[in-house]
Amino acid sequence: MNPPAPRALIAEDEPLLAAALRQELAQAWPGLEIVATVGDGRSAVQQALALQPDVLFFDIRMPGLSGLDAAVELADAWPTEGPASRPFPALVFVTAYDQYAVQAFEAQAIDYLLKPVQTIRLQKTVQKVQIALMNKAQAAINFEATIRQLRHLMTAPGVVAPGGTPATAGITPLTLIQASNGSQIHMVPVADVLYFEAADKYVRVLTAAREYLIRTPLKDLIGQLDTQVFWQIHRSTLVRASVITTVTRDEAGKLHLELAGRTEKLPVSRLYAHLFKAM
Amino acid sequence: MTIDWIDKLRRLLQTIAFCLAVSAIQYAFQPEKPYDIPARYSLAIGLLTWALIDFGRHLFTSSEDTGWPAGIAGVALPVVGIVLGYVAGTALADWWCGVSSWAEQGRAQLRISIGITLLAGIAAIYYFYINGKSAWLQARMNEVRGQATEAQLKLLETQLEPHMLFNTLANLRMLIGTDPVRAQDMLDRIIAYLRATLSASRSTEHPLAREFERLRDYLELMAVRMGPRLAYTLDLPDTLREVPVPPLLLQPLVENAIRHGLEPQVEGGHITVRARTRTGPDGPLLMIEVNDTGAGLPTTLPTPGPGQSFGLVQVRERLATLHGDAGTLDLIAASAGGTSACVTFPLKMAPTP
Repeated sequence: MNPPAPRALIAEDEPLLAAALRQELAQAWPGLEIVATVGDGRSAVQQALALQPDVLFFDIRMPGLSGLDAAVELADAWPTEGPASRPFPALVFVTAYDQYAVQAFEAQAIDYLLKPVQTIRLQKTVQKVQIALMNKAQAAINFEATIRQLRHLMTAPGVVAPGGTPATAGITPLTLIQASNGSQIHMVPVADVLYFEAADKYVRVLTAAREYLIRTPLKDLIGQLDTQVFWQIHRSTLVRASVITTVTRDEAGKLHLELAGRTEKLPVSRLYAHLFKAM
Repeated sequence: MTIDWIDKLRRLLQTIAFCLAVSAIQYAFQPEKPYDIPARYSLAIGLLTWALIDFGRHLFTSSEDTGWPAGIAGVALPVVGIVLGYVAGTALADWWCGVSSWAEQGRAQLRISIGITLLAGIAAIYYFYINGKSAWLQARMNEVRGQATEAQLKLLETQLEPHMLFNTLANLRMLIGTDPVRAQDMLDRIIAYLRATLSASRSTEHPLAREFERLRDYLELMAVRMGPRLAYTLDLPDTLREVPVPPLLLQPLVENAIRHGLEPQVEGGHITVRARTRTGPDGPLLMIEVNDTGAGLPTTLPTPGPGQSFGLVQVRERLATLHGDAGTLDLIAASAGGTSACVTFPLKMAPTP
């Protein structure tokens, strides 16, 4: 019996370009079934989790959530252990502009297509993905490589989502957080902060005793804090490393942190799980 | 202040050559006397005078246009330099030759040597002054030219933003196969957009109607790309069609409305560009609004980066150059969400009836 036909999801916010990619794929890979086409990053994550395709074509610049952020979120939510587990899909980024230095991707886990997509280049991608899909034994290794590469992309210099600011080197680290509360401004010493957590339009600043809200985006804060003192453990969380007491792995394989002075547990993104290894 | 030592070395060598030339002339007039004695005096006086003046001038603030100390210091420095250089240089050469000019020389000889020092000093200072001034001017000119080129490049870079360019071309590539008529229309708009962008720096003004045509080209290109996520209205009263405006002044505002307003929103939005007149304290004003129903102003303004607030800075700079304080750009967070950018400047021409 033939194996089931491979299934793909396309996330591209420009309708004509999504149609163009579908058309090109129909030529280059007639056996591939396109199960869904979505126009924003948030839907891409939802649909990928619901439909569990074998291949993902993600545009990088999309409304809602960038293709890169969507891939990270998907990697975190993907079931890799337990009865519902499936191999993580092969990931192909599609972008108009080579801001990530495409050359570096040629031999790697994640493939990278430049728009306008050229037929010959797409054929190469298709071959690569087909080989990866056939080699089921490699799935776990591929997933690890994908995570490594995503982590590298998230921290690569000059790589910022539209509207963000690149981390600035050489700036004196922040010592005081000024959080407004009605007509008051609270001066919170950074030394008291246990962790920062991005929440919608705000960033929550948590000390042992209290919680404050500030409007400075997390990615701007990262550039102003000592990365030895505060570790990024999630897209939305920065933790003071010295207050982490225990790291627990749950049955789904995900890591959670407990902090001295707080009762809640903080989830660790798969992207940053490499930070926690027994010596 | 940093001292350019290569420059100093060049002047030192020039001074030595000049001193030797002076003593050679002296020798030519008095061939019966030895050459080395006047050469020693010439070198001692010349080099000391040069050193006093050339290093002394770093103690004063230099004038912007010449690199020479401004005001009274500019005159006092060479006078003091020549007198001190003469006295100290003579003493130095005396010691070198083992004689005393003050005791042994006759009055006539003293007068000749003072005369030579004065003439040679003035000639040398004049030469260095002119030389320094032209070098200074050259450097300033290069600096200004460099800044202008950089600004132009940056402008071009924001207008030919690679994401915009390649996404547009990718759409065109698709349309060529599926809808050649639409593809041709899109290509015509790309051509008009590129032509306007590349020639905007060359012309200083064009009619408002043409400015709106260019905005329509851009918005049409974006509408092909964004599909139903972008809707727009261009509202230009007929009476304002001929009003002269700087080319592509509004372009960055519309681009911002799309990039920071509509693009981050999954549902997209609507852009309205509207031109109106308004009476100001010093005559009629032209007011052009770019309104969007997008994501709204960020709570913290983005720091300058490629293609970010450079657009707004550039609009403000162009307004200031053309209209001084009378040209303004205001960014307002619209109450219903979204952003309103409003450009106002004096209406140069009475609207055509």
